[in-house]
Amino acid sequence: MSSKEQILAAVKKNKPDATGLPEHLSYPKEEINQLIEHFQQASLLNGGKTIVIKRLEEISSYLQVHFDKKLQIVSLIPELKGSLDITTILDPHDLEAVELAVLKGTWAVAENAAIWMPEENLAHRALPFIAQHLAVVIESRHLVRDMHAVYEKIKVDDPGYGVFIAGPSKTADIEQSLVIGAHGPRSMTVFLLSE
Amino acid sequence: MAVYKTHAAAADEFLKDEERTHWHDDTLWHVRTKRDTAAQKLPEWEVLRENASQIKEYVLSHLDELLVQFEKNATANGIEVLWAKNAQEHNEHVYRIFQENKVKNLVKSKSILTEECGLNHFLEEKGYDVVDTDLGERIIQFNDQVPSHIVMPAIHLKKKEIGDIFHKHLGTDAGADDPQYLTEAARIHLREKFIQANAAITGVNFGIAETGGFVVCTNEGNADMGTHLADVHIACMGIEKLIPRAADLGVYLRLLARSATGQSITNYTSHFHRPSAGKKMYLILVDNGRTEQLGREDFRNSLKCIRCGACMNTCPIYRRSSGFSYGSTVPGPIGSILSPGIDLKKHSTLPFASTLCGSCSDVCPVKINIHEQLYKWRQVITKEGDAQPAKKWSMKLAGKVLGSPAWYNFMGKSARTALKITPASLIYTKLNAWGKKRDLPEVPKESFKEWYKKNRK
Ligand code: SF4
Repeated sequence: MSSKEQILAAVKKNKPDATGLPEHLSYPKEEINQLIEHFQQASLLNGGKTIVIKRLEEISSYLQVHFDKKLQIVSLIPELKGSLDITTILDPHDLEAVELAVLKGTWAVAENAAIWMPEENLAHRALPFIAQHLAVVIESRHLVRDMHAVYEKIKVDDPGYGVFIAGPSKTADIEQSLVIGAHGPRSMTVFLLSE
Repeated sequence: MAVYKTHAAAADEFLKDEERTHWHDDTLWHVRTKRDTAAQKLPEWEVLRENASQIKEYVLSHLDELLVQFEKNATANGIEVLWAKNAQEHNEHVYRIFQENKVKNLVKSKSILTEECGLNHFLEEKGYDVVDTDLGERIIQFNDQVPSHIVMPAIHLKKKEIGDIFHKHLGTDAGADDPQYLTEAARIHLREKFIQANAAITGVNFGIAETGGFVVCTNEGNADMGTHLADVHIACMGIEKLIPRAADLGVYLRLLARSATGQSITNYTSHFHRPSAGKKMYLILVDNGRTEQLGREDFRNSLKCIRCGACMNTCPIYRRSSGFSYGSTVPGPIGSILSPGIDLKKHSTLPFASTLCGSCSDVCPVKINIHEQLYKWRQVITKEGDAQPAKKWSMKLAGKVLGSPAWYNFMGKSARTALKITPASLIYTKLNAWGKKRDLPEVPKESFKEWYKKNRK
């Protein structure tokens, strides 16, 4: 018998009597202002920062103040120009010097500030991790209350890879002191587009 | 015959340093309070726990069908699925994959399963330099230790010691112990390793039967840095890590980080379904004693565990004796019910490393009846005649009390009162194995159960 057959046979022999699956949970929708407020609070706790904007142009003026234009900036937002053309990068190792990646989020969760990023939003799976800083643009109409709601919206296996990003790379492995910038981004800025 | 250290004897070492014991205790208690704050923010917390427990109940009772479904879907996604009956077979799979793909450099993110299988040691014997990339794991790897906690592997070390370790291995300034500075040094060191790696090994938090994919949670982003840069990704997964439907993730992700550290979610929750073009993805399904545990009616619930670590942070014994005293891969209350199933002789004293206060069961996000299982293991072990003489005494008493839930609740209450008024001389009697070296853990005025009853309205 193969290992697979042995394991399955042992499970069959030892498993308890069948029980049923509970229904999926869902909770009443929240008002948009409440969603925005909860998102901002959660993002802050995760070590991130949220900036509510009315127009996409506000992003470029913000970035001009906070980032050095001479460094590599990748933008996957058509309205926003970066300094590195991502289509010229074939090997993700060549992303090592990226200072800032500006990406689009698909759905955002108010309770924990997690933003769903399927791989088509990333160009390279490694991009949001290898960049020194990360900025994500999300529209407020794509905010949902909680994780139950977001899994109703997305199909997890549509992309070969998808990730909820809720803040910058962080660790508390040394005496429980929070340090931002463990391996990946040293900051995460969320631009919440709210007309 | 092998001679195994009792838990109390193993804890002696840690308890010699009184200041450290207090510090460890306080640190973990702090994490526990963060968990409480996070849980109390959600009015639906108890509903979530119940739901999570029921889903896992379903998983255990349909595990064979779900495994077949998972394998079929994962294979269709382009993931190569391998099966391993035990640790040895798991390690050999990894080695074979390395050889087939000519892997020279590897990085690893946190996986308790590979720890359980002794993978690092196995690969090192084959000549590989295994690079753990979780900061806490890298620290203890430099220090030649194993994790003392499943979520916070280096929780037993102080920053000064970590500074010394980094000075020795990474050339940081002597005496420097600023966490920011040390983390930056590790970042530079590990970036180089990420860039060089051709294979990345990760654990699995959840495998999704319905879609044939899997989810990995980290705060550091190290699992992703590794897998997206390397050509080969090997994910190692215990067979009990399955969930039936993708939407079930909603329940578990709401519970996991809140229970672990009080965060609302980990900063990265990665869903892997297909490898990138030109790359390879493997998934190893590991039994290693799990099917046997499934057959133990009294203990099978332990397989619901999602490895949040909350039962460790809350346990008065764990907090004051540290993870190493358990001598098992998974320490703390859950380790004390899993490990005897793996090696009863070696771990025979672990079920006694508990006050049976029930705090572990109260915080467990999947509602495992941990303290009841601890008691049941005691009965098994006593029958086998392996109990320590001193513990046998208190156990006999426990035997009477725990026979009925009403008695148990009553005794819990009076034990709490008794501890408060018992003079130190009594506590320090030889009959109490942990009283030997320590004051008893602070006695909560009311158990969580009582507190909860009062505050629930
Ligand atoms: S037994 Fe429960 S509390 Fe302990 S680690 Fe597992 S899931 Fe967490």
